[in-house]
Amino acid sequence: METPAVPQSAYQPVQRSWFQRNQLKLAPWLFLLPGILFFLIYVIWPIAQSFYISLYDWNGLGDIHEQGTYVGVQNYVELAGDRNFEISLWNNLKWLVLYLLAIPAGLFIALFLNQNVVGIRIYKSLFFFPFVISQVVVGLVFQWFYLPSNGLLDSMLGLVGLGPLNVLGDPDLATYGIIVAGLWPQTAYCMILYLTGLNAVDPEQVEAARLDGAKGTRMLWYVILPQLKPATFIAFVVTIIGALRSFDLISIMTNGGPFGSTRVLSFYVWEKSLSERGFQYGYASAIAVVLFLIMLVFIAYFLWSMYKEERAG
Amino acid sequence: MHSMFKASIAALATTAVMAGSAIAGGHDDKLTGDLRIFLDTSNPAPRATMEEMIARFQEMHPDLNIETTVIDREAYKTQIRNFLTANPPDVATWYAANRMRPYVEAGLFEDISDLWAEPAIAENLASTKGALTIDGKQWGVPYTYYQWGVYYREDIFNELGLTEPTTWEEEKANCQVILDSGRKCYTIGSKFLWTAGGWFDYLNMRTNGFDFHMALANGEIAWTDDRVKQTFANWRELIDMGAFIDNHQSYSWQEALPFMINGDATAYLMGNFAVAHMREAGLTDDQIDFYQFVEITPGLEKAEDAPTDTFHIPSQAENKEAAREFLRFVVSAEQQTIINNGENLGQLPVNASSSIDQDEFLEQGFEMLSSNSPGGIAQFFDRDAPAEMASVAMEGFQEFMVIPDNLEDILQRLEAARQSIY
Repeated sequence: METPAVPQSAYQPVQRSWFQRNQLKLAPWLFLLPGILFFLIYVIWPIAQSFYISLYDWNGLGDIHEQGTYVGVQNYVELAGDRNFEISLWNNLKWLVLYLLAIPAGLFIALFLNQNVVGIRIYKSLFFFPFVISQVVVGLVFQWFYLPSNGLLDSMLGLVGLGPLNVLGDPDLATYGIIVAGLWPQTAYCMILYLTGLNAVDPEQVEAARLDGAKGTRMLWYVILPQLKPATFIAFVVTIIGALRSFDLISIMTNGGPFGSTRVLSFYVWEKSLSERGFQYGYASAIAVVLFLIMLVFIAYFLWSMYKEERAG
Repeated sequence: MHSMFKASIAALATTAVMAGSAIAGGHDDKLTGDLRIFLDTSNPAPRATMEEMIARFQEMHPDLNIETTVIDREAYKTQIRNFLTANPPDVATWYAANRMRPYVEAGLFEDISDLWAEPAIAENLASTKGALTIDGKQWGVPYTYYQWGVYYREDIFNELGLTEPTTWEEEKANCQVILDSGRKCYTIGSKFLWTAGGWFDYLNMRTNGFDFHMALANGEIAWTDDRVKQTFANWRELIDMGAFIDNHQSYSWQEALPFMINGDATAYLMGNFAVAHMREAGLTDDQIDFYQFVEITPGLEKAEDAPTDTFHIPSQAENKEAAREFLRFVVSAEQQTIINNGENLGQLPVNASSSIDQDEFLEQGFEMLSSNSPGGIAQFFDRDAPAEMASVAMEGFQEFMVIPDNLEDILQRLEAARQSIY
């Protein structure tokens, strides 16, 4: 049996669906979709909500439109004259500046630990340890350390004939005391960032620099540090954000006291909205908005630097 | 835990008893369905007490399916806002007076004036009615309360030849002797502020009287008023003597206890719940005793703090009938006698027909509240004043105790707060 050959009358292009035609453009968006959705619902939406609530006088109970009253920018006007807000703002600034000490400290320890001796892994782990344990534990440990009359610090001061000193009970010292406690884990974090960074330092450049007679601080400053720039950037980002988020330590160590002298903005927000006697959601939202705007400055700077980097690369 | 007593308050100020309109107490209908109970009694002893009481209620109503949830006492204070709106139980513990006001005003607590109209409750619970009344309606029932006063080391007093003081002069004279013996007069831990509120309550009630104190808490009197300044002047006398332990701003109330237990300080102005801790730490009843806070302004009627813990029905509860029956059960004379005895809560029963346990402190406390407090029974400072004022003011009290020279500035701040809050 012969099958008659059927001539192909016309060219028929392969039928492809709209999706198939646009697959390359769509795929990234599809992969991004879950992330974008979560970001919208859990980040963008609450930010918008905070702005909205900050225009109301509302105690957080019941419906905002029934129980709350629209007060416009009244909450912000009140903030301007609020002494506690001012204290919190200054404390935030102290945190921001002093917390940055974690970066050089972390670098120093990383340089120190970046050597090959027996058991170096154990030493590295020990230095990294404070970052692994909970902030609550760090707070408790330092609280005991600072304990008036029985604490380690007071005992040590006593040995050299100083003291007594009640760090956390002194309104002028308490914030610094908490920052020191915060520096302990933060330094460990920066250290680990630098340790990884040091692994990526190009040995040939070091060799070349050595041939040119560079050593010590000059070597560090002109050869090592420029190569650690990505690590420094990340350390800077996490430290700034860590400083602005400081809450656990304050809550554990002083509960904002003595008489409110260790408050920071995030703690003040919590105090005004969710704490035992906090029934001022509108006011707390206004503080949160201010905190957000401060963070925005840094976030914008970080994004801009990353964008620049991308361009250059 | 620190605010075990931050409970609410018992206003013994007797309000008119609404007799008549009796809805017979005994409902014969069988209770069925679910009854969800949320408790904040997370400490071991109160927890066991409550669970046993609920078991007795279950026995009486076998067809009822009771589900009990115990939440950590501190966590409860923030969770209550969520569960009252999102997932309300049928019965929940809380505190009376201003402490329940936000929830009452938001319509989250059920009006249970009908229960209070029943003779069994109206007649026996009259003394606490005021503390549970807002806008002329009742929003919950009390289940326990306790006195405040000066708990002191009897053995040290004996050693120094001191007796319980009754006047301000004697109080200070005693304190001087104690200081001269190398001890501190009073221990206090003001880290969480409320303990300083207790001192202010007593000093102000003794200096200016109950009515003045309540008017101040209600925002009717300026904080810069000379009479308020007099209260602080009295307080300052003790501070300048060095009567209080050092560094109290760093301690919680429990952390301040060892000073008294070790004999470094001789007295503690506290609620009766402190006694259990002292006994646990090894002090015997021969070593601790109690006296009523001394008179300051001669002739002024004494008034006391006595916080009360309460039960409420959320307005969105599903089984309100069973919930009401449970509330009747809790305040009954029999249950009140059992749950407040020394083996259980170790506090005072709210029902006038129940009996008080044979305990040195409970008996003295009851005696004091019922016959030696003619001025009135106050709620604790953070119950009498609105939440916002209380937090600002108690922070000021703590600051004053540490840096008394800041008084003028503190009072200006409190006055500014008063004008914006009320």
